Amino acid sequence: MSSGIRATPEVTLERAAAPTRLEWRVATVVSVRAETRHARTLVLDVPQWPGHRAGQHVDVRLVAEDGYQAQRSYSIASAPESPTLELTIERLEDGEVSPYLCDVLQPGDGVELRGPIGGYFVWEVTLAGPLLLVAGGSGIVPLMSMLRHRALAADASRARSPVRLLYSARTADDLIYASELARLGSAPDVRIEYTLTRSAPADWTGYNRRIDRPLLEEVAWPASEGTRAFVCGPTPLVEQVANLLVEFGYDPLRVRTERFGPTGS
Amino acid sequence: MQTEEMRLDGNAAAGLLRELFVRDMTSAMATCRGCGNVGPVGALLEYGHQMGIVLRCPTCEGVVLRLVHAADALRLDPSGMALLTLTDGTPVS
Amino acid sequence: MSDTPFIARGFHAKRANAAPNRLPPGQYETRDFPVLSAGPTPHTPLSKWDFTILDSSGTSLRWTWDELQALPHDTPTVDIHCVTKWSKFDTRWEGISVDTLFDAARAKGMADGAFIVAFCDGGYTTNLPFSDVTGGKAWVAFGYDGAPLPPEHGGPARLLVPHLYFWKSAKWVRGLRILQRDAPGFWEQLGYHDRGDPWREQRYQGDP
Ligand SMILES: Cc1cc2nc3c(=O)[nH]c(=O)nc-3n(C[C@H](O)[C@H](O)[C@H](O)COP(=O)(O)OP(=O)(O)OC[C@H]3O[C@@H](n4cnc5c(N)ncnc54)[C@H](O)[C@@H]3O)c2cc1C
Ligand SMILES: [Zn+2]
Repeated sequence: MSSGIRATPEVTLERAAAPTRLEWRVATVVSVRAETRHARTLVLDVPQWPGHRAGQHVDVRLVAEDGYQAQRSYSIASAPESPTLELTIERLEDGEVSPYLCDVLQPGDGVELRGPIGGYFVWEVTLAGPLLLVAGGSGIVPLMSMLRHRALAADASRARSPVRLLYSARTADDLIYASELARLGSAPDVRIEYTLTRSAPADWTGYNRRIDRPLLEEVAWPASEGTRAFVCGPTPLVEQVANLLVEFGYDPLRVRTERFGPTGS
Repeated sequence: MQTEEMRLDGNAAAGLLRELFVRDMTSAMATCRGCGNVGPVGALLEYGHQMGIVLRCPTCEGVVLRLVHAADALRLDPSGMALLTLTDGTPVS
Repeated sequence: MSDTPFIARGFHAKRANAAPNRLPPGQYETRDFPVLSAGPTPHTPLSKWDFTILDSSGTSLRWTWDELQALPHDTPTVDIHCVTKWSKFDTRWEGISVDTLFDAARAKGMADGAFIVAFCDGGYTTNLPFSDVTGGKAWVAFGYDGAPLPPEHGGPARLLVPHLYFWKSAKWVRGLRILQRDAPGFWEQLGYHDRGDPWREQRYQGDP
């Protein structure tokens, strides 16, 4: 198949198991972690969680007493190897679901979700070749799962997939996972570049503008056959970056996008 | 806000598609009836809201798939799709 | 689909405190104006824009943008109700009554029908009973809240049929086709109601 996602032999065996119906499950909030002023991570315990692949998401459904329902998708932040499932949610002040998940939900509460979902925006360390990750705002979440997954892999497979991450956020305070990224970025085969689209601190050494062609040209791997790109965040950013990468010569089938919609940034 | 800023990838419809198909459909290849473009369902353009979901061709913007979860029925209109191809390499979940 | 949902503690719809008798059953008042769309926003230049009424015999009547603007304007203030459960009160519009357009069509010898289908840039369609767009109940609207109707809300012009669910108020409308037999539109083909009266909760085919 030409879509680029090809299973390795071991994984094929695992996947050969009969697919099951996707059920709504009630996950329990084990703990919460503030990531920034606007984002927090929910650490969840999900009964009979079947495991996930880096890049997948869950659907969260909220039902009010009077039957009113809202449903949204949230990417999985944790590595497939992690015993708990983690979601990171950025609060949109005028949003319907994200303020609930960021402010109302507390440890011990249940939250209904189904997943893991989506086989298209998925990366596994067995897919050797240079990896380019581009995130805008909360678009870092599924890419973090990929980075965490990669960091847990054997040295040899890591060496086959050097990674570059370009992460765009409004201000330095809006960078999610900042300290963990700093740690991950100190590895020789990981290069992380940041760009802030609004104010930057006086000692800021990263970029300080919206992603444009020269910026992306400086950070992205030169186009080559084996390079894969995953681009995630607000829809306008994702579309601009994906179009530029294809113009740079990236194989369109290897530029995978996950548009988050109008996420306010 | 322009509607283009609200669109998502077909990948975002994976959960709804899994209510119909047991296997994950986002890596399956869909052929657009309008222009013949072939690409993964996950790379279609999703315009959706609570009324239903419309997956459009990224090349010609024509409707490829429409899905509505209405009352007690789930309806899929595949008439914009000429062909759907799943291979053994298409993951099951 | 049969599973009982889990109630999310402390979750409720974002809502204003509406006068209950103004809200159709199951609706919430919103002060926002959500954008719902099934496709990209068309941008037809006004110089290329026209509005057409077609009857079942094949006769048609067409107005350019300027010709339409020359017809008498109405400024209805109405409540609107979306099938996705939000309602918005006292929305102020400017447009041409559909009666004015049909009067012109009749004067040209065109026949009334039992149903209409509105057709739009971008391919959207919706069907309505003829009697729901006549008698002062429907407009081709191009102004909203004192300004030109923004493209994301259907500009340059949309159908406005406020007494029915808002998907009947087709955005980017370019004409009406008069029919003797009903023909389901974009959402109606997928199970949405052919009439869509919010007070009777006519959401889906088969609702009373
Ligand atoms: C596959 C996928 C994965 C995602 N993963 C994550 C994640 O990991 N973390 C994360 O934080 N988010 C993620 N998102 C985004 C998330 O699903 C929600 O869209 C986000 O949390 C906002 O939801 P909300 O209910 O708070 O806001 P909403 O109420 O949906 O509003 C969002 C914004 O858009 C505006 N808006 C919404 N609807 C309309 C409308 N109809 N008309 C006009 N304006 C409108 C609102 O005013 C607001 O500014 C993901 C999205 C997808 C598709
Ligand atoms: Zn096409």
